[in-house]
Amino acid sequence: MSKTLIRGAKVLGGEPQDVLIDGTTIAEVGTGLSAEGAEVVEAGGKVLLPGLVDLHTHLREPGREDSETVLTGTRAAASGGYTNVFAMANTFPVADTAGVVEQVWRLGQESGYCDVQPIGAVTVGLEGAKLAELGAMHESAAGVTVFSDDGKCVHDAVIMRRALEYVKAFDGVVAQHAQEPRLTEGAQMNEGVVSAELGLGGWPAVAEESIIARDVLLAEHVGSRVHICHLSTAGSVEIVRWAKSRGIDVTAEVTPHHLLLTDELVRSYDPVYKVNPPLRTERDVLALREALADGTIDIVATDHAPHPHEDKDCEWAAAAMGMVGLETALSVVQETMVDTGLLDWAGVAERMSFKPAKIGQATGHGRPVSAGEPANLTLVDTEYRGRVDPAGFASRSRNTPYEGRELPGRVTHTWLRGKATLVDGKLT
Amino acid sequence: MQRHLISAADLTRDDAVLILDTAEEMARVADRPIKKLPTLRGRTVVNLFFEDSTRTRISFEAAEKRLSADVINFTAKGSSVSKGESLKDTAQTLEAMGVDAVVIRHGASGAPYRLATSGWIDAHVINAGDGTHQHPTQALLDAFTMRRRLVGPDAGLGKDLDGRRVTLVGDILHSRVARSNVDLLHTLGAEVTLVAPPTLLPVGVETWPCEVSYDLDSTLTKSDAVMLLRVQRERMNAAFFPTEREYSRRYGLDGDRMAKMPDHAIVMHPGPMVRGMEITAEVADSGRCTVVEQVTNGVSVRMAVLYLLLGGAEPAVTHARPTEEK
Amino acid sequence: MDKQQDQRSEARPVLEGPDIARVLTRIAHEIVERAKGADDVVLLGIPTRGVFLARRLADKLEQITERKMPVGSLDITMYRDDLRMHPPRALARTEIPGDGIDGRLVVLVDDVLFSGRTIRAALDALNDIGRPRAVQLAVLVDRGHRELPIRADYVGKNLPTSLRETVKVQLAEEDGRDTVLLGAKPDTPGAHP
Repeated sequence: MSKTLIRGAKVLGGEPQDVLIDGTTIAEVGTGLSAEGAEVVEAGGKVLLPGLVDLHTHLREPGREDSETVLTGTRAAASGGYTNVFAMANTFPVADTAGVVEQVWRLGQESGYCDVQPIGAVTVGLEGAKLAELGAMHESAAGVTVFSDDGKCVHDAVIMRRALEYVKAFDGVVAQHAQEPRLTEGAQMNEGVVSAELGLGGWPAVAEESIIARDVLLAEHVGSRVHICHLSTAGSVEIVRWAKSRGIDVTAEVTPHHLLLTDELVRSYDPVYKVNPPLRTERDVLALREALADGTIDIVATDHAPHPHEDKDCEWAAAAMGMVGLETALSVVQETMVDTGLLDWAGVAERMSFKPAKIGQATGHGRPVSAGEPANLTLVDTEYRGRVDPAGFASRSRNTPYEGRELPGRVTHTWLRGKATLVDGKLT
Repeated sequence: MQRHLISAADLTRDDAVLILDTAEEMARVADRPIKKLPTLRGRTVVNLFFEDSTRTRISFEAAEKRLSADVINFTAKGSSVSKGESLKDTAQTLEAMGVDAVVIRHGASGAPYRLATSGWIDAHVINAGDGTHQHPTQALLDAFTMRRRLVGPDAGLGKDLDGRRVTLVGDILHSRVARSNVDLLHTLGAEVTLVAPPTLLPVGVETWPCEVSYDLDSTLTKSDAVMLLRVQRERMNAAFFPTEREYSRRYGLDGDRMAKMPDHAIVMHPGPMVRGMEITAEVADSGRCTVVEQVTNGVSVRMAVLYLLLGGAEPAVTHARPTEEK
Repeated sequence: MDKQQDQRSEARPVLEGPDIARVLTRIAHEIVERAKGADDVVLLGIPTRGVFLARRLADKLEQITERKMPVGSLDITMYRDDLRMHPPRALARTEIPGDGIDGRLVVLVDDVLFSGRTIRAALDALNDIGRPRAVQLAVLVDRGHRELPIRADYVGKNLPTSLRETVKVQLAEEDGRDTVLLGAKPDTPGAHP
């Protein structure tokens, strides 16, 4: 098997060290390691992180291969420094049976760029009425442990309670897309000063917060764990903080875009800023950053949501919701969390690799950078600054809100079990 | 405001007064034997209506024809739009035909803004009402009607609505007319009060340049103009208010309430009126109600907008007003 | 205005207040003579200064004929042939006297006759308002350089000019004093010897 020596990398942002990969595992970490028989990658002070894990990705296959496939999506993931992504269930057909999740899992295996862990739907067809065969999906080759109707909320309190209880049998977790449906009928953007002026239907913060409040109480009542997808408001932060202080087993994620962008951008009526949950206010953004720093919010998840050009090149109301995120996530986190002094790189590794792997029970991912561990690694040039150019994306879709924006940091290398998937910023 | 008219908020005070003054001259054309001016000869204007609105469309059409523009009417019903063609494709089709201006009515807030800024089309874009966002020519014709009635057709020339008190009553939440009027009336120096049940006021209204009240009776006595907005019956089903009867009792304008208004005060309505809901027949048919004048004034104001945007080498309303020849 | 600019656009008066009054009196008498008593005359001034001249002429005609003289204004902005070469101009008032212009002798009044394009536009505008028996033209100054087959019926002063020169009419109603100034175009290179 081949050897690779990564020389002079700041492991998790610490002092420069050498990391020797032998085959699929990390053989040695130290200084002055011998390069004999190994291909050498001069890290030159770049930061070495464990391969990133995304608990919230839309790969679109099967059904919307015009926007993304498992192959293009995993290539985008590798470009962004990810070695494991969790694929959401809202495909066509919906990933609500063992058959569909196994198909997605197998496509991920074949791609070779990034491990794909399918998420199973909570309810049949995401319709919120009848539980999907959660056990069968868990027992399938895909070994599903995370269940979500993401895109839709499991709004029926009884169904949610049953799902929370049922997955305890195999230590699964329900990831809730918190959106009270009646409060968000016709919703187009965050409800507030900007929506009032623009005449766009409001998506009130309370529609998210009321569901989170209900679900943490349900989780407490039935003794289950619950994960909150893409938490977006200052009020949600307060509820999760309160729940954690009570010992409720809740975890929460925030997307990069909710850490950086606000609803002021919607004034352009450019649907590239249309996303669900919507971009909120400056106050929310600051609360989310603080919560991610203090651990109230556990992880960053991209909610990578590719859409073809025509679904965004139209009037706001007709446009699809969502943004691509895999290839810009780490840069946005550096901009909002690291360069602001809120997190160090070890903190980033915790929130973008260790913890998401733990929540999703990903095997072989989110492991320490030390001898004997699987060689899932990513090397980041944190000194880099550059403008985002979607033309260079590996994703099939280009719906990024950051086009032309200057962001720091660039992933130069990614290794999946010792195999380089990204070298000098180029996919292999 | 650049070469388009998208939002009443884009107009400066001087822009707005220039439009109103120009409209005053346009209004006089209607009194002539030949109600036509050669000004836009050879220019093509498309009325692109994705929403039914016969009154707005024919008002624009009359204005365009009085200025001798070539007029193309494009309504979404029965067109390729209903077969799934996008706004972009429609825009590019019109562009390929060489149109000079697009008057657009669309159900989606922001559609005219997108049309004007997306690079799909070079033509001037005039917003004829988008979703619950803006309806700038309606606000201009309302301001024109107020200035004529409260200041005078000749006395009003060059003037704004400084200090006039205007009350807007009804479904503010879903009203593009309300948004446009608040912006324009504020620019023109008027003091605006919105009156509605709290359910029909948008979250965030507290940042608008106006007062908000839930009580109609207390504002009537200090209003120079009261504008009633249409309240659609289907709002009742979404629990915005309990019953039609309760709405009209609390927020409808009847003869008794009208009697509380100052003698000079006028009653306005953008139409179409829902008689028995926001306005009684007695008020609608009274001499203080300007509904019919508003329709007439709509043509003059739209002629003014078309002339000022399309009549010259470049739009007049983008610039500081040229040195005035009094 | 700086000194140099002042020098370059230095203008000299060619008609002063008393001259203007005198030529208007003469024109009024000519109108009465040519129109055989002027009983069907309607004076229409072209904004801005043509309107003031038309009112002054009307006063003089009323003194001569001892009858009320119908006077109004005719804005030609919307009929100009150079609309697309400039930003749209603010409109001026068109005011047609109560009895209209049908069957009457309309005397158009303007301050300066130059290319003739303003008068062409005025004839078009008149066409949309009614059908006069005849149309005549009175101007304070004819500076030549016609671009259309148009001539004035009553001329206050013929003033041969160069295209490099400007003619500026000032009237008390608008400018505080009566005068006609002949000057050099400020921006024309070589306009100043």
